[in-house]
Amino acid sequence: MALPTDDNADTASSTSTYVHKLPEPFTTSDLVVLTQGAEGLVYRTTFLTPNTPCVLKYRPPKPYRHPTLDKRLTKARLLAEARVLVKCRREGLQVPAVLGGDWEDGWLALEWVDGRTVREVLDIWVHKLGMRARDGKPDETTGGASEGDVEAQKKEQEERLWEMMRKVGRAVGRLHEIGVCHGDLTTSNLMIRHERSTQPSSQPSTENVRPRGRQTVSTMREAAMNGEGPPQYPSADATSRSNEPEDLLEGAIVMIDFGLATQTVQDEDRAVDLYVLERAFTATHPAAEHLFQEAMRVYGETFKGAKKVLKRLADVRLRGRKRTMIG
Amino acid sequence: MATVRTIVLPHYPSYPIHVCMFKDVSNAAFLRSQLLEANPDFDYAFLDAAMILSPQHLLSAAFLALHCTQVARAKTRTAHSELVFRLHPNNNIGESYRKFGISDKTSALIAVKLALKPETTAQVVAEHLGEHVKGESADPGEALEHVGMWCDVGKVRKMYKLEGVGEPKKGKRGAIVNGNASDMDERKEMESVITGIITLKGS
Repeated sequence: MALPTDDNADTASSTSTYVHKLPEPFTTSDLVVLTQGAEGLVYRTTFLTPNTPCVLKYRPPKPYRHPTLDKRLTKARLLAEARVLVKCRREGLQVPAVLGGDWEDGWLALEWVDGRTVREVLDIWVHKLGMRARDGKPDETTGGASEGDVEAQKKEQEERLWEMMRKVGRAVGRLHEIGVCHGDLTTSNLMIRHERSTQPSSQPSTENVRPRGRQTVSTMREAAMNGEGPPQYPSADATSRSNEPEDLLEGAIVMIDFGLATQTVQDEDRAVDLYVLERAFTATHPAAEHLFQEAMRVYGETFKGAKKVLKRLADVRLRGRKRTMIG
Repeated sequence: MATVRTIVLPHYPSYPIHVCMFKDVSNAAFLRSQLLEANPDFDYAFLDAAMILSPQHLLSAAFLALHCTQVARAKTRTAHSELVFRLHPNNNIGESYRKFGISDKTSALIAVKLALKPETTAQVVAEHLGEHVKGESADPGEALEHVGMWCDVGKVRKMYKLEGVGEPKKGKRGAIVNGNASDMDERKEMESVITGIITLKGS
């Protein structure tokens, strides 16, 4: 499958122009590219039954590495990710389930999570608030509601946002409690699952899934730091796009992308996880800092050592996430 | 004639999977002896229905069995034995057969045939199984939705060591994560862990 090529890709690497041939049995399948990371590609396809959507993570062999080393690295990384996911799932955490995989060929099939990333939801929310402020009081003109009603409505909406942050704090707390550190905890790697009574769309709808340009982990992080426009994640269907942000905040927090996750119980690693998340939140909107404090307050209550981690977080804030600054 | 349902796995369209279900099977010992003799006519995966939780459970093992035989990485001799082997969390083929395969006392049976050759049609499978399995045929459902109807959830839970997974928790902290853990479907939760365990097996 050919990848969307960037105009400025010549300096980036040959991987963006490299035509990836997927391993068996996906060679003949029609897959939709969702995104490209630094080491792999993410596709949407179906697995086990024609109406089970799934995410296929494929780590292609790297031509610049020694074949033996390449195989070992790919295998170790895929296995680490799958093991962490299964461990989380056993403990009842909301993460995508592992449906299948092949380490030798470098692919992993994961459950499709229906919903949006926290990143997107916050962006929409911030955007809406900005609109409201500019338009004066649009609610008044449409509904003829009194001043108090508008205030109450706003309060209620805010309360939903706070509740979402509490859920984030609880989810991260549980993750750390079971001895897993995510390694790349950003708002783009947190999703809000859409609870839907109806069956998920039976066919992967190609028309709604727009492949994004080359987006490596580093460019995404850079974008997050600079507070640039939101990455356009393809949503499961077009109808969910028109939902009000109030609805978007409803649903369980699902953590995704455990490609850099490690099994560790060290306060340092946990604090760095939180630090990365804090940076991601504050990059979205200045107001998000208060929100993040609420998440941390709840985090502090989730497990026994959590308070110590928060103390450690203060240290990390002072020096950045790299502890050893050699070289 | 037995009721056969055929499933075509995404990405493996040329190898459909035929599934039959029987209850009150009286000749389990005979079927098992045929397996032990490696009679090529009885090249099926005969599974104890009590050990199969859901269609996803069965199909994830079937997919990997098929995949492993296709890429010549199978650990066992046939695709069908590979399926039985894949279901078990450990790397012991004999143990897999004892736990998931047919035993002399098995009365509820799931027979799976991977159609590796195009001449293995649903018709052939239905006739052959209808003739040789002495039991009452049951319908697995169009998408195999009834495949878990005779499942012994407790046994499956024990097999994959899933104590507490998807069980309604009483006052445990896990229940309050995200607030709505209580209404999560128990089987669904177990199934998502099991597919992971099956995938990770042997690595």
